[in-house]
Amino acid sequence: MGRERSVSERLWALTVWVLVIFFILNFAAMVVTVVINSFGTRWFNAWLPSGFTTRWYQSAWDEFQLHDVLIVTFEVVGAVVLLSGLLGVPAAYALARRNFPGKQIVILLFLLPILIPPITFGIPLATVLYQAHLGGNMSGVILANLVPTVPFVVLVMVPFIEQIDPRVEAAARVFGAGTGRLFLHVLVPLLAPGILAALLLVLVRTIAMFELTFFTAGPGSQTLVVALYYAVYAAGVRAGQSIDAMAVVYMLTTLVWLLIALHFVDPTQIVARVKKESAT
Amino acid sequence: MAIAARDFRELRLDGMSRTFGTIKALKGVTLDVRRGEFIALLGPSGCGKSTALNCLAGLLTLSGGSIWLDNTRIDRLAPEERGFGMVFQNYALFPHMSVRRNIGFGLSMRGIARDEIKRKVEEALSIVRLGDQGEKLPGQLSGGQQQRVAIARAIVIEPPMVLMDEPLSNLDAKLRLEMRAEIRRIHDLIGSATIYVTHDQEEALSLADRIVVMRSGEVRQVGVPEDLYASPAHADVAEFMGYRNQIRSRAAKSGNLVSVTIGGVSLQGTPVDTLGSDDVIVAIRPDDLKVTAGGPISVTVESAQYHGHDFYCSGRASDGTELYFLSGQKARKGDALSLAADPGRVLLYSRSAL
Amino acid sequence: MTDRAVKKPAERIPLRVRLALYDLDGVTLLVVPAVLFVAALFVYPFAYGFVLSFEPKKGDWIANYAKFFSDPFLYDTIGATFRLAVPATLINVLVSVPVALRVRDMHHRRILTTILVIPITLGTVLIAEGLLIYLGPQGWFNRVLMMVGIGQIRLVHNYTGVMLSLILSGFPFTFLLTLSYLTGIDPSLEQAAATLGAKARARFVHVLMPLLAQGLAINLCLSFVQTFSVFPSAVLLGAPAGATRVISIAAYQAAYEQYDSSMASAIAMIMGFCQLFIVVLILGARRFVYRGAAGGGKG
Repeated sequence: MGRERSVSERLWALTVWVLVIFFILNFAAMVVTVVINSFGTRWFNAWLPSGFTTRWYQSAWDEFQLHDVLIVTFEVVGAVVLLSGLLGVPAAYALARRNFPGKQIVILLFLLPILIPPITFGIPLATVLYQAHLGGNMSGVILANLVPTVPFVVLVMVPFIEQIDPRVEAAARVFGAGTGRLFLHVLVPLLAPGILAALLLVLVRTIAMFELTFFTAGPGSQTLVVALYYAVYAAGVRAGQSIDAMAVVYMLTTLVWLLIALHFVDPTQIVARVKKESAT
Repeated sequence: MAIAARDFRELRLDGMSRTFGTIKALKGVTLDVRRGEFIALLGPSGCGKSTALNCLAGLLTLSGGSIWLDNTRIDRLAPEERGFGMVFQNYALFPHMSVRRNIGFGLSMRGIARDEIKRKVEEALSIVRLGDQGEKLPGQLSGGQQQRVAIARAIVIEPPMVLMDEPLSNLDAKLRLEMRAEIRRIHDLIGSATIYVTHDQEEALSLADRIVVMRSGEVRQVGVPEDLYASPAHADVAEFMGYRNQIRSRAAKSGNLVSVTIGGVSLQGTPVDTLGSDDVIVAIRPDDLKVTAGGPISVTVESAQYHGHDFYCSGRASDGTELYFLSGQKARKGDALSLAADPGRVLLYSRSAL
Repeated sequence: MTDRAVKKPAERIPLRVRLALYDLDGVTLLVVPAVLFVAALFVYPFAYGFVLSFEPKKGDWIANYAKFFSDPFLYDTIGATFRLAVPATLINVLVSVPVALRVRDMHHRRILTTILVIPITLGTVLIAEGLLIYLGPQGWFNRVLMMVGIGQIRLVHNYTGVMLSLILSGFPFTFLLTLSYLTGIDPSLEQAAATLGAKARARFVHVLMPLLAQGLAINLCLSFVQTFSVFPSAVLLGAPAGATRVISIAAYQAAYEQYDSSMASAIAMIMGFCQLFIVVLILGARRFVYRGAAGGGKG
């Protein structure tokens, strides 16, 4: 704190750094392995494949119908992002600006789908959807994925809206703005960065969301991550390289959106806004 | 007196410097502090006073210079090894510990026996007059009470010196006055040296044995309160000490007298530093610019604020100079008044020395 | 009746105003669609599943649960899942503390946090697939082990593989959470402790840990709940018929292989109950630890 560090402190710092670097190194190596394998001709018993090719991408594209799967993924993700924004942002506004009776219960209601992992509620949810004849197709998948994302948008947006001084809105009204113009000229511009951040986070999380889609999808409504799972599951039958080609496509899809999201958002927010609520 | 301060004769700051990147927050501060002294570090925000305090405490390393406690060099020591008591601006009370545990923390870090800790904590509690709040958590106390716990925590370890970083700035005006008296009382009681950082010249004047006025990382003047009040060494020190009138003028010497032109009128003044050229800054306290019938300077009142006993006024002289003065009588905007000032209270500073 | 005619309008407060006193107006209604959605697609299925679990295909109302707890193939899944979730959670949360402490003082913190977000975004399926190759008998990890003379270790299709994937996907999450709690502690508290003579270890024990404890409790809860629901890695990377036959696999099989949604719901309920039990345990222990703000005073 104001002087040289002792030997034991330096040793401890070194250990921690070694651990962190070991972690990152292994993770990176794992990713690199997948990428290399997807470009390799044959790979056993050696550090690297015997040759390199791009044909696995072509074969993965055909075998796994990646074109259709990608379209499905983007349709699902797009719908989820749009709908969770439409449902979540107004709800967040109401929670931020009004202290109505039962507010605590509503907040708890929004916390639960985020805290409880998808598997625990996924199976009963799938049962209900199938009963309503929504299971096994896109609507079911979209509805299922919305369950954790609507509350997520709410919980991310509430602190954001609370930060906006309500007197700014009052001032707008005093100067003659009706609700419509208040919304358009004051609220939307102020909220835009927050909404963008929240929706990007939803996008990234939904692309990687496995369990909910897995339980509700039918053959024509699988997202990329579910298709990847099935491919790995049946791995004995298919060539490992084409599975890895698909895995690389999946990685690129998530990482591209992650990079875009990180432009607007601090990495910590992807984890949870939840901690602020839970801590009170 | 049960809590006795540890023996040391002198704390010496020798050319203390601290740089943050390209910013020189402290530029070679040199100062001697004697045992039992109450020193105020006074200056506007950004003058380096808090930086100096943090360097003293060991929370910041020095970029240059050294700190000596008698014959021991201490600037290489960690804060936990220096043994100074510190009162933080936001009190920094441990929120999860009771008042007693907060106060006793420093003692338990030194491995002192539990009964001894208990005794000393009780003593400290009674010194700061919080005897019955011992089991409360800081969150349950008012600002003034938290402040007293912070002070007790710093003095109970019987440090050679107590460092205080603007401890009263978060209190309301009335509490500030009360706590000011308390702080001086406790200082006199325990006999440690105290270094007190503040931006409030009234606080410094009323509390300190000696005041160190700082600006831009440098020491501008060190002296007893009376000296700083009556004859600040530089124009900027004068301004900070309440010499609100700072008028640019030219000095004319005739024999031993020096006179300046204020408000179109010639006034005799007292040079404080050597006047190199004729350009001077004239510094006059508003309370020294008195409303006198037949006085030399005529002003038209521009604003008058009622302060109970006096009116704090600003007025314009015939040549457009704005002057600040006090009036015992009621004054209104537009009134024509005449002002006079004793030559001994019209201080002249060389303008080039800035 | 004459009374009512005489009563002035100002003396009767209109309903709209009375509601507004409770903050119930048009704006509040904005929350309704989202609430209805969550109620319909979360609360209702949960309740439905709960009721359904007591309506088995055959047997009396408790038959599903009786079957679960009498068939080792089923009830062993609880043990298997705990054997994975508890160590993974403990490792992930406890290791996150020293790492977060170091990273807190870093300048280029954001680079590290960005790198660590990547495993979370890629998700468990990709990590499982990646580890299958990387940790496989021919993978680089084993090659390095052989090179340094340790020899090949079986790391896939067993407990170890799943554990490693839980750490790989879970640690970034716990780390980021711990880091955010740590940075929420007022730094002047540690400074004050230092001036009072506390060395680094004492500052950690007496100031940081007590204030971090409540955040760690939440971290443990969230992390446990996540790891307890492990599914794709247990199947792809583990031994789903053996050591890593976790409770989610049992639920899945009941639903999609045996088409017994009643049993599946029962297993999901049991799973939820186990998670709830541990969460209550952890949060209950919080009572012995400070639970307020981590600031240092009114400043």
